[in-house]
Amino acid sequence: MYDFIYHNPATLEAALETFEAADDGQFLAGGQTMIPVLKQRLAMPTDVIDLGTIKGLSGIELTDGTLTVGAMTPHAEVAASETVKSAIPALAALAGRIGDPHVRNRGTIGGSIANNDPAADYPAALLGLGATVKTSKREIAAGDFFVDLFETALDDGELITAVSFTVPDAAAYEKFENPASRFALVGVMVARTGTEVRVAVTGAGPCAFRVTEMEQALAAGFRPDALDGIAIAADDLNTDIHASAEYRAHLIGVLARRCVARLA
Amino acid sequence: MPSVSMTVNGKAVSGEVEGRTLLVDFLRETLRLTGTHVGCDTSQCGACTVHVDGRSVKSCAMLALQADGASVTTIEGVAPGGPDGELHPMQEAFRDNHGLQCGFCTPGMVMAALALVEKNPDPSERDVRDGLEGNLCRCTGYQNIVKSILDGAKAMREGA
Repeated sequence: MYDFIYHNPATLEAALETFEAADDGQFLAGGQTMIPVLKQRLAMPTDVIDLGTIKGLSGIELTDGTLTVGAMTPHAEVAASETVKSAIPALAALAGRIGDPHVRNRGTIGGSIANNDPAADYPAALLGLGATVKTSKREIAAGDFFVDLFETALDDGELITAVSFTVPDAAAYEKFENPASRFALVGVMVARTGTEVRVAVTGAGPCAFRVTEMEQALAAGFRPDALDGIAIAADDLNTDIHASAEYRAHLIGVLARRCVARLA
Repeated sequence: MPSVSMTVNGKAVSGEVEGRTLLVDFLRETLRLTGTHVGCDTSQCGACTVHVDGRSVKSCAMLALQADGASVTTIEGVAPGGPDGELHPMQEAFRDNHGLQCGFCTPGMVMAALALVEKNPDPSERDVRDGLEGNLCRCTGYQNIVKSILDGAKAMREGA
């Protein structure tokens, strides 16, 4: 890792100003991806701006059916939160299966979604639950937030402050994980609110996405067999040492059915 | 160079570090607390697990400066009588149950075990296996590590 100037601003404003003033600034949240990336010299910022010392970026709040999770809230806190467990148990369960216990103590929701790793779990939750990403300058719907492989709608120097979720009637997350990394080979979130159903997939493509054909079929009849005959095209899916695109396509169907079976 | 201050195993310490200095390097190189190991340096193996403000973390995936003002516990701080005194019941359980072979992963295993038992004093075997997701043993001695942790947790319950 190359050296850099470390900053630990006390406020969001100071963090944004430090970023503006830096030659090549990099925000640091929980660091569970960023620090390995720095070590591998995949990023070589002149300045690292630690968000861990800013007050008010962490915490969980439930008001009028909206669950808000501060950007710097660690996964372990989301997983253990009684508020999350009672409002959206699928979200608590998802957070509790990210990485390992030590990673969950440091890694944050804001850091995870800003990184937009194709195999991260949170993007499926945000898309599946129709979340809103709150930033230092605007609100972005999850559907507009995840753009492509490691790419989000965030501008340079724009910071995520919180993510808010509208509490669904029911939701489930099923993940087929890589046993070594615990990343999702494929992860599927199915959420139902009234007659609206969302099916969001992570791990399978370059970036999390929704499967509208499954959503329509489930809106018409919320049963596992409503998904029978829906084939997921493997064309745009990932192939790597762990699984082929065809295998991932197959897993989407399997995991979506499992989610529905748990909820139906 | 920036300076960093923290409490390590109950003692106030400080030192000069670079921005990029990892917590594990500060512990090992500056403080000479070499019980915390670096197994992989890619934040997968968990040999570098320490507690920061009571939470288990991988000290190779945290900057020393991020621990400024924090309270850190390393394997050297676990035994009640210090490094030359009586072992902690969890350490004793690893010895009794042949929970270590080469011993390289053991500091991280013990720190992970203590964090697990802190949250869940009476874990099932499954809880222990899940709790060790972030710790690798290259001797593949998991069977006895799990046994050790179950035994250590029991000893801690009985001693409490």
